[in-house]
Amino acid sequence: MSVIIIAELSEKKIKKQSLEVISYGVALANQLGTDSIALVMGETVDNLSSLGKYGLKKVIHQQHTASMLSDNKLACRFIADVCTQEQAKVVVFSNSLLGKAVAPRLSVKLRAGLVTGAVKLPDTSNGFKVRKSVFSGKAFADVDILTPIKIISLNANAFEIIQQSDAVAEVVESSIEIGAGTLNIIETKKNEGNISLADADRVVSGGRGLKGPENWGMIEELAQALGAATACSRPVADSNWRPHHEHVGQTGVAISPNLYIAVGISGAIQHLAGVNRSKTIVVINSDPEAPFFKAADYGIVGDAFQVMPKIIEAVKNLG
Amino acid sequence: MKILVCISRTPDTTAKISFTNQNTTFNAEGVQWIINPYDEWYALVRAIELKEKDSTTIIHLINVGNNENEAIIRKALALGGDEAIRINSESNDPFFIAQQIAAVAKDGYDLVLTGKETIDHNGSSIGGMIAELLDANYISLATKLDIENGNAIVGREADGGEEKISAPFPLVVSCQKGMAEARIPNMRGIMAARTKPLKVAEAVQSESFTAVTGFDLPPAKAGVKLIPADTPELLVKLLREEAKAI
Ligand SMILES: Cc1cc2nc3c(=O)[nH]c(=O)nc-3n(C[C@H](O)[C@H](O)[C@H](O)COP(=O)(O)OP(=O)(O)OC[C@H]3O[C@@H](n4cnc5c(N)ncnc54)[C@H](O)[C@@H]3O)c2cc1C
Ligand SMILES: Nc1ncnc2c1ncn2[C@@H]1O[C@H](COP(=O)(O)O)[C@@H](O)[C@H]1O
Repeated sequence: MSVIIIAELSEKKIKKQSLEVISYGVALANQLGTDSIALVMGETVDNLSSLGKYGLKKVIHQQHTASMLSDNKLACRFIADVCTQEQAKVVVFSNSLLGKAVAPRLSVKLRAGLVTGAVKLPDTSNGFKVRKSVFSGKAFADVDILTPIKIISLNANAFEIIQQSDAVAEVVESSIEIGAGTLNIIETKKNEGNISLADADRVVSGGRGLKGPENWGMIEELAQALGAATACSRPVADSNWRPHHEHVGQTGVAISPNLYIAVGISGAIQHLAGVNRSKTIVVINSDPEAPFFKAADYGIVGDAFQVMPKIIEAVKNLG
Repeated sequence: MKILVCISRTPDTTAKISFTNQNTTFNAEGVQWIINPYDEWYALVRAIELKEKDSTTIIHLINVGNNENEAIIRKALALGGDEAIRINSESNDPFFIAQQIAAVAKDGYDLVLTGKETIDHNGSSIGGMIAELLDANYISLATKLDIENGNAIVGREADGGEEKISAPFPLVVSCQKGMAEARIPNMRGIMAARTKPLKVAEAVQSESFTAVTGFDLPPAKAGVKLIPADTPELLVKLLREEAKAI
């Protein structure tokens, strides 16, 4: 019996979101009195045995994945084989692009109930109740998984990374054969900007209050100084001031960074639906009545063009 | 080309979210119901655009729900689509719903389109489940969809970018922004929708994998801490020392 944790790579390194899911899976395995095993797919420069410090006993590594991450049918079959081999009781994913592509398939294949968007450890005192985010972050639901095997995908920034010791994990190279799929990847394109919105720990976002695309320099400068990704409200993307992949909200990307700074955004309910799970929200808006202040932790009522340069300067002066 | 578009019903995006019966039931009082935006704006409208390019395309809509869902099904028919089927069920278990859709989809459909997610359940899981039940390919979170030489050419969100994939049919695609532009039904569409077939069928036998046992609202925010506009550097200090966010 085991908890299988799907850990993902970005630029050949374990993603931060995957360290969260590893910490979550280890805590869950302890709660259930079973072992935790991470599964890493793809070429990596990380020393996987060092993942032992998060409490993992074992890491299974599959080097040859080719298009497996795009071809969820192949990924699902492979993960299902590992689950059978390791007698998985629970499988945990990040609620990431990979998680969204593969976890539902795996749910059917293993006949295992799936809860996506979990925000904390399950309550296993009576059933197996997973708390998940619903109504676009406006509420939570408790969902009982009724099947013997359970699958959970964990929201970003919902669980803290816990380092336990200097222990070393056993690393096993998987010998499971991966067949060929019928999908053909014609082209891959990277977005500009180095930090991807979904993985970002901090996000600086601009709205129509910034008046035009020519004024985005200060958003980018603050983002760069903070190591943050940039985002925008929907009308900003619709007017092509910013690329569409930066649009956050109900109909755009939903994010839950540690820090979300909204500049010149009114805080319409559809915008909040995509950002209200952020840990700390800062709002800069010239209108004291802007609805966003009700959802904010910190606010400045003021003109962004006056306030932002001073904030950028203060961030740059931080040691 | 035969396309099946999955249509779900959700509370309007501005609906106030609250619960009754000791937090076990969504309080629908005064709530306006809409077609889930991802299903309407992206999946359905893209299917209609594909039909506009190739008039031999057949579009069927499917909804798993009770008869209260018929208003939004009619609205979807007014936008476009040839006929609709409602599977009469109250279930909210994703596997159960996927089974119902797969049971219909296996009857000769080339393409099954879903939205990226329902904005109430936020599962993002029914499309992938249907694909596995059909043993078909699944392209999640697609932003573009075209048909060329008997294959689907699909653009999808990938880590930090996009990828373009060619895939054979049958295929399941979950649709998000980029796929199409929202449309408003016109008078002709609304009139036509009245006479389009809306079939009702009973659910096929299926297991449920999950059960929702209750809801909760997030704790209210403590309230915003305002920083005077003439000392914005104080914000940076608080973010570091108090919120520990930077
Ligand atoms: C079904 C549906 C789905 C939607 N989905 C989304 C979504 O996913 N994401 C989204 O963002 N929106 C979405 N919207 C749109 C949403 O309702 C709002 O219209 C939108 O979020 C407003 O964008 P904004 O705040 O940038 O612009 P505005 O509402 O125009 O607000 C601009 C703000 O800037 C402030 N301002 C002006 N000048 C300055 C200055 N010099 N300094 C500081 N502040 C200044 C103003 O006080 C104002 O509050 C959706 C709408 C619908 C109907
Ligand atoms: N009851 C339903 N009937 C028909 N289609 C549905 C239903 N529920 C969800 N879907 C489809 O599946 C997609 C994903 O839903 P979910 O997995 O709940 O986020 C939706 O965008 C719809 O296209």
